[in-house]
Amino acid sequence: MTINELQDELIEDFELFDDWESKYEYIIDLGKRLKPLPSELKTEENIIKGCQSQVWLDAKMSDGLLHFDADSEAIIVKGLVSMLLKVLSDQTPEAVGKAEIYFIERIGLSGHLAQTRSNGLASMVKQMKNYATAYQVLNKI
Amino acid sequence: MKTALDIDKIRNDFPILNEAVNGKSLVYFDNAATTQKPLAVINALTDYYGHYNSNIHRGLHALAEKATSAFESSRRSLQKFLNAALVEEIIFTYGTTDGINLVAQTFGRKFLNPGDEIIISTLEHHSNIVPWQMLCEERGCVLRIIPINEEGDLLMDEYEKMLSEKTKLVSVVHVSNSLGTINPVKTIIDKAHAVGAKVLIDGAQATSKIDVDVQALDCDFYVFSLHKLYGPTGLGVLYGKKEVLDAMPPYRGGGEMIKEVTFAKTTYNDLPYKFEAGTPNIADVVAALTAVEYVNALGKTSMAAYEDELLQYATERLADIDGLRIVGQAAQKISVISFVLAGIHPQDIGVILDQQGIAIRTGHHCTQPLMNRLGLPAGTARASFAVYNTFEEIDKLVAGILKVQKMML
Repeated sequence: MTINELQDELIEDFELFDDWESKYEYIIDLGKRLKPLPSELKTEENIIKGCQSQVWLDAKMSDGLLHFDADSEAIIVKGLVSMLLKVLSDQTPEAVGKAEIYFIERIGLSGHLAQTRSNGLASMVKQMKNYATAYQVLNKI
Repeated sequence: MKTALDIDKIRNDFPILNEAVNGKSLVYFDNAATTQKPLAVINALTDYYGHYNSNIHRGLHALAEKATSAFESSRRSLQKFLNAALVEEIIFTYGTTDGINLVAQTFGRKFLNPGDEIIISTLEHHSNIVPWQMLCEERGCVLRIIPINEEGDLLMDEYEKMLSEKTKLVSVVHVSNSLGTINPVKTIIDKAHAVGAKVLIDGAQATSKIDVDVQALDCDFYVFSLHKLYGPTGLGVLYGKKEVLDAMPPYRGGGEMIKEVTFAKTTYNDLPYKFEAGTPNIADVVAALTAVEYVNALGKTSMAAYEDELLQYATERLADIDGLRIVGQAAQKISVISFVLAGIHPQDIGVILDQQGIAIRTGHHCTQPLMNRLGLPAGTARASFAVYNTFEEIDKLVAGILKVQKMML
């Protein structure tokens, strides 16, 4: 599926929820189900520091696709991280580089992305795109 | 409820308390970050801009005179508020942080030499750490830190051991923003003076809760922000003893702070203007007078007594929650309650409470060294109370926390 198809799927999923509680319970559940990043990948290099919680992001290329693994110490952020992985992981670097992330706003969670300082989510998207750019350059060499 | 204050009436003075947040009526428990403003303060701002906005001190016209007079009345009311001996000992700043930086950059650069020591405490806000680190780096001074115990009280014996003829400045917080600890500042000041050191007290969290008498304390500097005292943002006060301020060089250059300027040499204005370069924050200074009058009319003793009832009630109710641990149990505390929940990141607590219309603060509260000392690098959740808060709101917080646990665990 393309990045936008995956985003649209998430938006549809969230249309099922009619109150904040079920929406957040779903995100918390996603956060709990996301496989923790192995401790050897929780390096200083992979850390995206927020003011209140941090995110770890690891990237590698496999079969021409950019694969991301990530983790966070706060569960709600981790749930959002899980959604970002679903949308942006295992896509081509070109697709990630061009991607426009709109699902977070459409499901009414843009506040979380705007809190750059508090949770590092916005920086995570930026960092994913940086990896995409870097691998595109490497591919051309 | 034992208070003599009419809390319902007080709540009506604060228009923001009628706001709905995420569809719920707002419960505002982030008062240590900033307090809300009574309508009288909001009106003072619009009244200034609507009727007598003018630059002060130099204008000859009627508006300038009215604005200057309101501005200087505010300074006199703040002099009274702190019981300062002289009106020129009240310097307007942008806030607590700005006041500390002013002292570091003028007093510090002039009087501190390589090897001299500055003492702060583990409880300090970053704003009472970083300016001194910058100064130490520049001047080759040494920063020493008063340790705390598990409850969040300063270890006064350790403090006494640190004092020596090398100590040039002691800069400590009056009340901890993260834990609520009220420090024994009078003792700290007297002991520092005994070795000839000057003392700065960071009163950011104290002035809305405790009667501050700078002459009785005998501190050399006292700094605070008006926005934590029901007043406007972007305005602070630096109190300094006249003889100390007189000995300090000016900080920022510009208009207002000068006596005479030629290209060859400039002579500086007297206190307090020497430290107030440029057009000051006139509107907020004028509105500060109203904030101080508001607090004085309620009476700080009654306010503190009521807030203490809130603190006692919240402490009891929160202590009953399984898996909740209160962080900071100092002998003397103001109405701040920091806590952690087993197995739940503070940020998640904040997000789920916010969904329920409850505003608290989570994280390290700009006291990272303190949080590391307490073994809590992710910080705490902090509820901090003001005079307009109620027991019913604390019940909502308790229900909110139970919901956080239900959803998270």
